[in-house]
Amino acid sequence: MTEKMFSKETWLETLRGLTTEYTVFVPVKDGDFHVFQPLEKETVPDFDYQNARLSPKSLVYPQSERMFEYSLDEEDPERRILKEAPKEYTPRAVAGIRPCDAHAFQIVKRNFDNPEFRDPWWVQRFESTTLVGLGCNEPCPTCFCTAMGGGPFHEEGLDVLLYDTGETYLARSCTDKGEAFLTNAGGGETADEKTLKRAAELPGKSAEGMPESRKVDPVREKTINDLFDAPFWEEVAFACINCGTCTFLCPTCWCFDIQDEVEGKQGDRIRNWDSCMFPLFTLHGSGHNPRDQKFQRVRQRFMHKLKYYVDKYDDGFQCSGCGRCVQFCPVNIDIREVLQLMSNDG
Amino acid sequence: MENPYLPYPVRIDDIVTETEDRNLKTFRFVFLNPEDQEKFAYTPGQFAELSVAGKGEIPIGIASSPTEKGFVAFTVNKVGLVSSHLHNMKVGDIMGIRGPLGNWYPWEEMEGRNVVIIGGGFAFTTLRSSIVYMIEPENRPKFRDIKVVYGARNPGMLLYRDELAAWEQRDDMEMHITVDGTDDPAWKYNVGFVPTITEQKITSADNAIAIVCGPPIMIKFTQPVLEKLGFPPERIILSLEMRMKCGIGICGRCNIGDKFVCKDGPVFSLAELKELPPEY
Repeated sequence: MTEKMFSKETWLETLRGLTTEYTVFVPVKDGDFHVFQPLEKETVPDFDYQNARLSPKSLVYPQSERMFEYSLDEEDPERRILKEAPKEYTPRAVAGIRPCDAHAFQIVKRNFDNPEFRDPWWVQRFESTTLVGLGCNEPCPTCFCTAMGGGPFHEEGLDVLLYDTGETYLARSCTDKGEAFLTNAGGGETADEKTLKRAAELPGKSAEGMPESRKVDPVREKTINDLFDAPFWEEVAFACINCGTCTFLCPTCWCFDIQDEVEGKQGDRIRNWDSCMFPLFTLHGSGHNPRDQKFQRVRQRFMHKLKYYVDKYDDGFQCSGCGRCVQFCPVNIDIREVLQLMSNDG
Repeated sequence: MENPYLPYPVRIDDIVTETEDRNLKTFRFVFLNPEDQEKFAYTPGQFAELSVAGKGEIPIGIASSPTEKGFVAFTVNKVGLVSSHLHNMKVGDIMGIRGPLGNWYPWEEMEGRNVVIIGGGFAFTTLRSSIVYMIEPENRPKFRDIKVVYGARNPGMLLYRDELAAWEQRDDMEMHITVDGTDDPAWKYNVGFVPTITEQKITSADNAIAIVCGPPIMIKFTQPVLEKLGFPPERIILSLEMRMKCGIGICGRCNIGDKFVCKDGPVFSLAELKELPPEY
């Protein structure tokens, strides 16, 4: 483990220096919200932010991605044969990612990188990405990472963790990738006592008042059918308008659709984020739809995150507690309350 | 890195219109690269994604049997964008196949047992694969009595009519073909719904496994018949359909509870399904 201390000005210079080795993504203020953007000459990063409105999942798993390309030209001997769309996997670093969003990549990894199948695009992009996290000195009121097995300074999923100690960042490597990042960064000073002491106090202070860790046991002990048939789903879903904002913003929602798009004699097979909130998600060719009612789709979202995933992988919930769905749901549906219901009733 | 989304290129080798409404056609495919055929080693009950460049993919049960060499066949109902386009394609056209996908009928468990096959309508495809597989001389001794109940709306809607007739003639299996109704005076088989014919013709659940494929209404009314005969839920095997995309348990849409129909299925026993929500 390497620990280095950077003044805030030198940190930004260091990041700029790293752009020869990595494409460095940083949080940038855009209107009322923050987004992750590549660090370029004119880019002004803003590390005094709470979190980006959109999770950085798209950096590893783009909202829309070309999978294959093909020719439909009847003269082409290779016509109608799918070829992999060329991709680059040059090193990238996400500087300032929050620990909840890094934890989310670990949650999602079980889906895209499993013993039977490896999703080549997700895996290669994830492997070429270094996550340089920024601990949260002041979590949002909607944050509940501590309930989901994480924390404002949680290192799981991060390659480097930064502590904002006021005038300086203390950078601590958590993995070999992170170690390499700090070596590439060069510079920095050996942390002094004062900085180390401040950094050591931050996690406890920040987690004060945050919810306690939620045990999976209450939902594990119930059967899938008991929870599925629980009496509260209609009420939970009552105000939902199936807009899909929750799934769109969620760093742990991974469902996708596959579509072909053709222009002239060239075609692409593309995958796009999809959402279990939409009826088309499960509509059969015959017209039958196993989840044709709104409450069934809402139930699916919560059951997947808080029960099916829990049962399947036996390693926590499919939620990192980032709080985006709570913050941006237009009708104030709150996953924390649903987990409470699932833990008590049914 | 191996790409599980990349289809094997194939050529359409033969197209047979199966039903008189012309909505069901059987497509026979030959792999463009012979080594792909080796990789596409399948077991009856599995499915594949048929991939048409410019249109998309559809998950379809494999209708050929692994004992039939040199090609792979699928019977496709004309329903949506891809299947309608496929129905207009010609012999010689190039497309793709991705698979084999999913699990298969419980062949190990079926060895040494009586096998009852119950099919309705166009869900008979992987059952055809299974029958061809079982009656292959090298496989036939592995199974005891084979009884088949297969029904369609009318005689013109039965799939694989030549084969059905040939199977009728065999003395090592028992065929019970039926139609819901017909005005054909020459019809020499049964008239009646599949559950009714099952009740009349299948007399014992002794050491037997039942494989049931058909429309939901047929499954619904066949289930109590089988239970009455004494089939425990572990020995009633069903194959499910679901809207699918990836076919490998990653894209997230075809779940029933914590199981994916594409990867953990499509074959489930009734006992397994009873543990899951009825969301299919």
